[in-house]
Amino acid sequence: MSLADLLVRFSDRKTFARGIHPPGNKALSAGGAIEVLPTPANVVIPLHQHTGTPCEAAVKPRAALNIGDVVGRSKAAVSADVHASIAGSASAVTAVTLPNGRRSLAVPIKAGAPKAEPGAEPAPAPLEGRALFDDLFGGDWSLPATPPEPAAILEAIKSAGLVGQGGAAFPTHIKLTPNPAKPVSAVLLNGCECEPFLTADHRLMIEAPEPIAAGLRLAMRACGASRGVIAIEDNKPDAVDAMRRAAAACPDIDVAVCQTKYPMGGERQLIVAVLGKEVPTGGLPLDVGVVVVNVATSAAIARAVLRGRPLTHRVVTVTGRGIVRPANVLAPIGVAISELLKHCGGLTTDARRVVAGGPMMGFTLADVEAPVTKGTSGITVLTAAEVESAEQTTCVRCGRCVDACPLHLVPTKIAQASKFGDWELARRYDIMACCECGCCAYVCPARVPLAQHIRAGKARIMRDARRK
Amino acid sequence: MSDQPTTPAEALLAADAAAGPLLETTTGPHLWERAFTTRRMMIDVLIGLLPVTAAAVWFFRAAAVCQIVTCVVAALAAEYVFTFARRKPFSLLDGSGLITGLILAFSLPPGLPPYMSAIGAIVAVALGKMIFGGLGYNIFNPAMVGRAFLMACFTAEMTTWAAPVGATTGATPLAAGGASLLKLFEGNVAGSLGETSAAMIILGGLWLLLRKAGDWRLTAGMLIGVALVAPVDHWARESGHSLTVLQHLLSGAVLLGAFFIVTDPVSSPLTKPGRWIFGLGVGMLTVVIRIFGNNPEGVMFAVLVMNAMTPLLNRWTQPRPVGGHAKKE
Repeated sequence: MSLADLLVRFSDRKTFARGIHPPGNKALSAGGAIEVLPTPANVVIPLHQHTGTPCEAAVKPRAALNIGDVVGRSKAAVSADVHASIAGSASAVTAVTLPNGRRSLAVPIKAGAPKAEPGAEPAPAPLEGRALFDDLFGGDWSLPATPPEPAAILEAIKSAGLVGQGGAAFPTHIKLTPNPAKPVSAVLLNGCECEPFLTADHRLMIEAPEPIAAGLRLAMRACGASRGVIAIEDNKPDAVDAMRRAAAACPDIDVAVCQTKYPMGGERQLIVAVLGKEVPTGGLPLDVGVVVVNVATSAAIARAVLRGRPLTHRVVTVTGRGIVRPANVLAPIGVAISELLKHCGGLTTDARRVVAGGPMMGFTLADVEAPVTKGTSGITVLTAAEVESAEQTTCVRCGRCVDACPLHLVPTKIAQASKFGDWELARRYDIMACCECGCCAYVCPARVPLAQHIRAGKARIMRDARRK
Repeated sequence: MSDQPTTPAEALLAADAAAGPLLETTTGPHLWERAFTTRRMMIDVLIGLLPVTAAAVWFFRAAAVCQIVTCVVAALAAEYVFTFARRKPFSLLDGSGLITGLILAFSLPPGLPPYMSAIGAIVAVALGKMIFGGLGYNIFNPAMVGRAFLMACFTAEMTTWAAPVGATTGATPLAAGGASLLKLFEGNVAGSLGETSAAMIILGGLWLLLRKAGDWRLTAGMLIGVALVAPVDHWARESGHSLTVLQHLLSGAVLLGAFFIVTDPVSSPLTKPGRWIFGLGVGMLTVVIRIFGNNPEGVMFAVLVMNAMTPLLNRWTQPRPVGGHAKKE
């Protein structure tokens, strides 16, 4: 335990046992206001941006599209529709590689004049810059005197194609659908952003706290929760202030200040820290009556329900020492990541890894033409010096991984079992409970790729289970 | 044909090739705690052993130098032969062989014939570490394996302790019924090479613990374990032979053991509760052996017994995952 962990016990800040304190590196991008990416000439809308069944293309080539028109939908239970993020015309369906390395079909859209209804006024030119930001996040976000019914809220969320924007991209309407067997007591809004480098949620909480708070109230109403908690790490006092002000009028919403610790933003850790409940291994937060929603998703809920607008844009942190001018950028879904890099001044000469997400759990990109998806929270460019490979030695059983694991597992045992294919032993040490946060590999003095071995073992066990 | 680039374009291409691929793909985490490495742990142990080395040389002069050099050279030679014969990667520079040699030298009586020290060091590295697969795979503390071998082969020589240069007594305080606490603290007593000066061991040991090269729970557990059982001595042995609790703590191998032997991560448990039990077990067994055993000292056997318990302790103290163990399918 570090001194910081000891001191936090005597404060009112929320925390969980174990975990790590990597350097935050947030100052690179936390200072500047969210920038709006100029409308790109092309976007490619992937049909599979979420956990669940891929969508099928719903538009024909050369079809004229406005912002927000549906381009892909699915009848499957677990899925989320995708929408045009710029106005223009669709092209033939193509295949793209997503930032997480998966392949997906996608609908390319070429920017052009917005579709005009016959006989109607010609549609106004697409919004740019500050006007676009205000259109998405500005204005009045107070709930109407008679707020929409839960069913109407869920329907609006579903047709807006909302998914969790923190990274896992699980369809939001499914998460919020009430389950009579498992009533929800609290909705937890996740504004921890514990990944080093990333600041997109931080800036959004400062610049658009009202839609975030409104989204939380709607989410509570949708799933029948009586309590809402906005959880923010204590390295973002300005976000804490902004959210406190935005939620001041709601007696059923609290702001919980959490210790800055990785992985505070992991669902299980956050629920332990803020509500003192343990989600059963293999279960979901719903099993303890909790739903966790990311703050950016919450703002999108408000936009979907109060304004009937689908998810077309998101804030992406473009950061790292390998990028010339780090910034938080509001970008249309489907824009090539290379456009974001270009907007931020391009890569430095010593850039070595382009990571979709943060440095702890992100995926390296082989191709910077991959499109931004609903779950892309950041692009972190690491330099050669930062990722320089260190000498790997054998495990000396120092136990530092055991002391770091936020789920209280024994990573070195699991990694070894996984490496040697001893699945029985791996299961005895609860390999499937691992959340792949990477704390073990971060602290390992022998530089054993523990998280990588465990991830490979989990994938293997899941594959075997599917084949049975 | 020359490999030298001739045109600016070729020079650029050559520089580009030397720089490797522009972007690399791999899985996360992409960052790690650079300040803390296995090498740093080893170096911190070696720094911690410096005061002990200084005290040994101060009190025993040439005998100390001879014994330390013999043990270290023999340990490294044994490691080299093993890595060479088994075509394993060259591991001499990882520091563990050096540490084993030093600790063994400190745990042997000064003036032991050099060939015996050498045999001990070779057994320590070869049978204690390398046959298990090298660093990280050994079950027992290598230095203690070497010492146990010598104890079995050369019992008489192993239980005759030379007095420090200029001191008068020849029997170890453990056998002689104690020595004054001040003498034990400064180290001017008969005993094994690196075990006499409590002050120097504590000085180096605190460095090791503060740098987190060893877990303080192991040290604390062992000292508490000794203190818990030591009072029994008062009733168990007649007054000429019984030691007080402080004498138990400060004499013999207890301090060297608590700071430098039980803190070996490889042969101690992975979990915090496991380390507490391990340390307590070593401490308590040490005193039990001292009082009721045939040998005046019990640290070595206590460590070896608890080393054997380590896999079991790891299993018994497996932490409960947050959310409980996964249900059996």
